[in-house]
Amino acid sequence: MATAEVAVASKTLADHLPVLQVVVPLVTSPLIVVIGVRSLAWPLAFIASVIAFIISCLLLYQVIDGGFISYAIGGWAPPLGIEYRVDATNALLLFLISGISVIGLPYALTSIRFEIGAKNETLFYACYLLCFTGLLGVVITGDAFNIFVFLEISSLSTYVLVAQGAIRDKRALTAAYDYLIMGTIGATFFVIGIGMLYMSTGTLNLADIADRIADQGSNRTIRAAFAFIVVGMGLKVALVPLHLWLPNAYTFAPSAVTVFLAATSTKAAVYVLLRFMFSVYHPSFIFEVNTLYFIFIPFALLAMFAASFVAIFQSDFKRMLAYSSIAQIGYMLMGIAMLNVAGLTSTIVHMFNHGITKAVLFMGVGAFVLKVGSSFYDSIHGLGRRMPITGACIVIGGLSLIGVPGTAGFISKWMLMQAAFENGFWWIAVLVVLSSLLAVAYVWRALDVIYLKAPLDDSVTRDPPLTMLIPMIILAVACVWFGIDTTISIGAASTAAESLLNGSFGMMPTEIPAEMPAEVPAPTIESAPEPETAPAPAPTESQ
Amino acid sequence: MEHHLILRVVTKLLASTIILFALYVQFHGDYSPGGGFQAGVIMAAAFILYGLIFGLDTVQRVFPPKFVHRLLAFGLLIYLVTGILSLLLGFNYLDYNAFDPQHPSHGQHLGILAVEFGVGVTVTGVMVAIYYAFAGRSPPVDDEDW
Repeated sequence: MATAEVAVASKTLADHLPVLQVVVPLVTSPLIVVIGVRSLAWPLAFIASVIAFIISCLLLYQVIDGGFISYAIGGWAPPLGIEYRVDATNALLLFLISGISVIGLPYALTSIRFEIGAKNETLFYACYLLCFTGLLGVVITGDAFNIFVFLEISSLSTYVLVAQGAIRDKRALTAAYDYLIMGTIGATFFVIGIGMLYMSTGTLNLADIADRIADQGSNRTIRAAFAFIVVGMGLKVALVPLHLWLPNAYTFAPSAVTVFLAATSTKAAVYVLLRFMFSVYHPSFIFEVNTLYFIFIPFALLAMFAASFVAIFQSDFKRMLAYSSIAQIGYMLMGIAMLNVAGLTSTIVHMFNHGITKAVLFMGVGAFVLKVGSSFYDSIHGLGRRMPITGACIVIGGLSLIGVPGTAGFISKWMLMQAAFENGFWWIAVLVVLSSLLAVAYVWRALDVIYLKAPLDDSVTRDPPLTMLIPMIILAVACVWFGIDTTISIGAASTAAESLLNGSFGMMPTEIPAEMPAEVPAPTIESAPEPETAPAPAPTESQ
Repeated sequence: MEHHLILRVVTKLLASTIILFALYVQFHGDYSPGGGFQAGVIMAAAFILYGLIFGLDTVQRVFPPKFVHRLLAFGLLIYLVTGILSLLLGFNYLDYNAFDPQHPSHGQHLGILAVEFGVGVTVTGVMVAIYYAFAGRSPPVDDEDW
């Protein structure tokens, strides 16, 4: 309790930015329901998103050069109370999530009204804001259990949002139900892992857990916790054998929801994985290195190839993109498994770049759905010619998905290949290129349908309304922009990667005990396995 | 339920008592077992009992679904506004000391009372809303609709 310093100097608004980041959308959500006026729902949601976006920009600006911001909720000092902690890694993610929300909401205005009907708008936007809040919360919080709480907030509202697709296609209900079951199993695994961590360290604060693990070394409970957390988050990330919920959820959700989810939700889960792998646990643990090399690399490769291969043979544009998302997650996990700065940078940059790429593609598909009511290849013949701007945006998004130089997708794949070469894994670099060829195939198939096939009839003559078009154009421009000017994306990502590899939560020098840096030489593959090898310290801690 | 005279009479007697007890659990929660979650469930139990005996339509006249939805959002709002209030008073978010900086323990007391009230309101709303959703369930989906 902060009783000691009773009347401390009152704080300015700027000090509260970390908590306002989460609270603003969280307050707006019930406000929309209490006001209950349909015409106010969207404007309020949009204002909240804009405010959240501005806050995330301010936060990113403060931490982009390293350092961190810590905020104690309720005035309870960090190891005991819940702490919000912003460093370069999560600031970039906050920027991505709130940015996508600001760009995606104008798009949702028309698309949602068409796809789920005006009647449900009030509750839809309330739910959307809850999901948004949850994702921001997962990313910003520095408390393990708080991550779980926000994860549930975002997941539960996501199930509802996905199920909204049922108004057009009843299969959305089963998709949402599948996601609910899988997501709940994932969350359960995650919370069991946290429980074990709590049992063996007696704390829930991530930085504090990291310190205690560094002090006491690993034991069986800590290793089991690691396994549970990786599997639990693997489900949320859609790591390949655990990806089955994703295609249906993305396909049957309303387009605007898919745009938002595809660009943000799996990224937030990847972030949690990163946080646990590098800030809580440390690559100096042999079990972590083994996990990365013998589980992540094979499954990431499987994702890159199998999911891309499946994507080629889809008959639905939206479903194809969903499978491609699974493949792209493979690249992110591959970057983590490289265990060097370039690899982590590629993961973080790819989260960002793939977020904007997928958003523009799903927006394009949503525009087709608005015009012809379906995203099947059979029903969107020649629409690229009829809707030139939408078509152009899809082409740019597609190129970025393949990783053509000059687009955002190229940057992250290039970083990934650099990382692979640094480790001497030249074959991985080759496989990344080969899997990109599969991406060429599935993107080409879609472009073939929308450009080279003759239009089915003359009913579609124009692009969608400006509210849908402008977000699409902004994101398409961003795809090119971040492919050429990488100061923001690579800048923040490499700061983030370095601080992650350095250990505890962007604040290496002060919190890690003095002996720690010595036993953690810059974790390249050769040096990493050494310090904490197999013999588990016998005493099971605390209980 | 028209002919179950005893049930109807007892329910009428009990409903108000249950609500009273809910309020006791709510506002005495800081001295004895209880608090927002329990109070909310007890409060909702009163309405659910009323609905079971007198029918969904009757209870929905007393407690319309639209109002229930607002109520559960309003409870959350109470909680969050408490936090914002402490923030506006120059303390951290949800730092209850803000409400009485000279006597932090009083401030903590006030803060937790407000927050628990918000929790209670929301839990009442959620429980009743769940009951309404199940009791007022529309017929299952036809095979043709799939």
